[in-house]
Amino acid sequence: MNLDNVMVKKDRLIFFDNMNTTFPDPEVVKLMNDVLASRLGNPSSHVHSAGIAAGRIIDEAREKVSALVNASPESIIFTSGATESNNLAITGFLKANPGYQLAVSAIEHFSIINQFRLLQKEGIPAFLIDVEKNGSINLNSLEEIVQKKQTLVSISYANPEIGTIQDLNSIAEICSRHGGILHCDCTAAAGFSEIDVAGMGIDLLTLSAHNMYGPAGVGALYAGKNINISPLFAGGNQEDGKRPGTENIPGIAGMGEACRMAGENFGKWQKHLAALGDRLWQDLADSIPFIHFTGHPERRLPGHVSFWVEHVEGESLLLLLNMNGVMASSGSACSSNLKGKDESDLAASHVLTAVGVPTDICAGSITFSLGKYNTEAEVDYVVSIMPGIVEKLLAMSPSYEDYKKSKESFHG
Amino acid sequence: MDKPFPYSDLVMDHFANPRNMGDMENPSGVGNVGNPVCGDMMRLYLKIENDVIVDARFKTFGCGAAIASSSILTEMLKGKKIEDALKISNEAVAEALGGLPPTKIHCSVLAEDALKAALADFKKRSESK
Repeated sequence: MNLDNVMVKKDRLIFFDNMNTTFPDPEVVKLMNDVLASRLGNPSSHVHSAGIAAGRIIDEAREKVSALVNASPESIIFTSGATESNNLAITGFLKANPGYQLAVSAIEHFSIINQFRLLQKEGIPAFLIDVEKNGSINLNSLEEIVQKKQTLVSISYANPEIGTIQDLNSIAEICSRHGGILHCDCTAAAGFSEIDVAGMGIDLLTLSAHNMYGPAGVGALYAGKNINISPLFAGGNQEDGKRPGTENIPGIAGMGEACRMAGENFGKWQKHLAALGDRLWQDLADSIPFIHFTGHPERRLPGHVSFWVEHVEGESLLLLLNMNGVMASSGSACSSNLKGKDESDLAASHVLTAVGVPTDICAGSITFSLGKYNTEAEVDYVVSIMPGIVEKLLAMSPSYEDYKKSKESFHG
Repeated sequence: MDKPFPYSDLVMDHFANPRNMGDMENPSGVGNVGNPVCGDMMRLYLKIENDVIVDARFKTFGCGAAIASSSILTEMLKGKKIEDALKISNEAVAEALGGLPPTKIHCSVLAEDALKAALADFKKRSESK
């Protein structure tokens, strides 16, 4: 048995999967370690020094997070992550404001799509907003929905799978004109763009620490001044009663630091990643046969390249990349749920399906999402191995064989 | 070792080093099967002489488990009499691979389907002679 070329080469670990998580910045890690070692009390014990010190750390972090979105610190609620923030924003808002209908884009994350399905079952009028082939919100579809009744609209700033950045100005304008409330999941986008919640007409905003070089297990929800939300569960008075439970102090401290760094560096990161992403895009376009790129060609996340290759399946492509030390993700059904009960647990990406990519093509989709640590040399390496990988899979593919035969018979 | 959990070493080996991959000149029977849910496609070529499978080749569009299933199937088939080949079940394919995760069992079923289709094609061709 020859397993030599299956072992992950430890000297080369190229992480092109930053939409799924990022490596915490060393400064964030140091701060978190210091906090953990600091013998803090419970922030709710605000009468003694240890409790007061803990409270101070949270206050500092809250200020840093609010600064990133240009909001006041009191409008920030700390949660366990983007999923919880999205639930607080949607289910929490609808519970506190009966009479609203819900509209979400067809390409939202599971934490939003699955809430949508649950709430629809419970009788809340809920609508999916159409998207164009490049992943942009169809503004007519949005307007048709919000003009009927007061609506909570949930649209991600950028889509992690296909990289498309939404035209938030137009979306916010339509929402405000019809008295809609706009929630924006910024998990994929924070750290790439300047966010000004008031200036951009955003009423609720989700942030995720582990997607911006912070730790997993902590996130935040911005809620505008006049927005009422009900807590998801019962407990003490932390976070102004909106999110009970003793705070994840080291996580919150880490998130604060991650937000501070994002605010300072997003211009630099944007430039670095745009250059790498453009190179990667161009080199793949030049060297990979049958390649089709997904998402908006210009209005997209920097350093994000997503594509499918005719006749080539996604999981097998990912496996070969991994064997060469390159880590990426796929929208294919086969790679969607390796630990599921049976094949009914597999499903092609709802995002690709929504933008009109046929299921058997969804099987071939790949997302390379770069982060601040990636380098030109890594892009060079990936570009150098991709043609060989695609060639190996094409040689194995019956649909490529059929394609070749049909060309031969055409040309005689 | 660093392999994608939960694929076995055998699955990874057959994926990375597929056996008998390719097409065939003048096959005795060809089986073409597909699974629309995940878009997998398997094509099995058989060369049969005196009711014995003397050669088997495959081409597969699919995930690691699909490629491994078709690869190991061709190894199981070479030298088998048709009547013995007909007894090969998807469980036997999965077992030969050291097991498959539950969501990938359908890949071994696809391999069994490809085999049955190839043998049916062979029967049809010999009957029409």
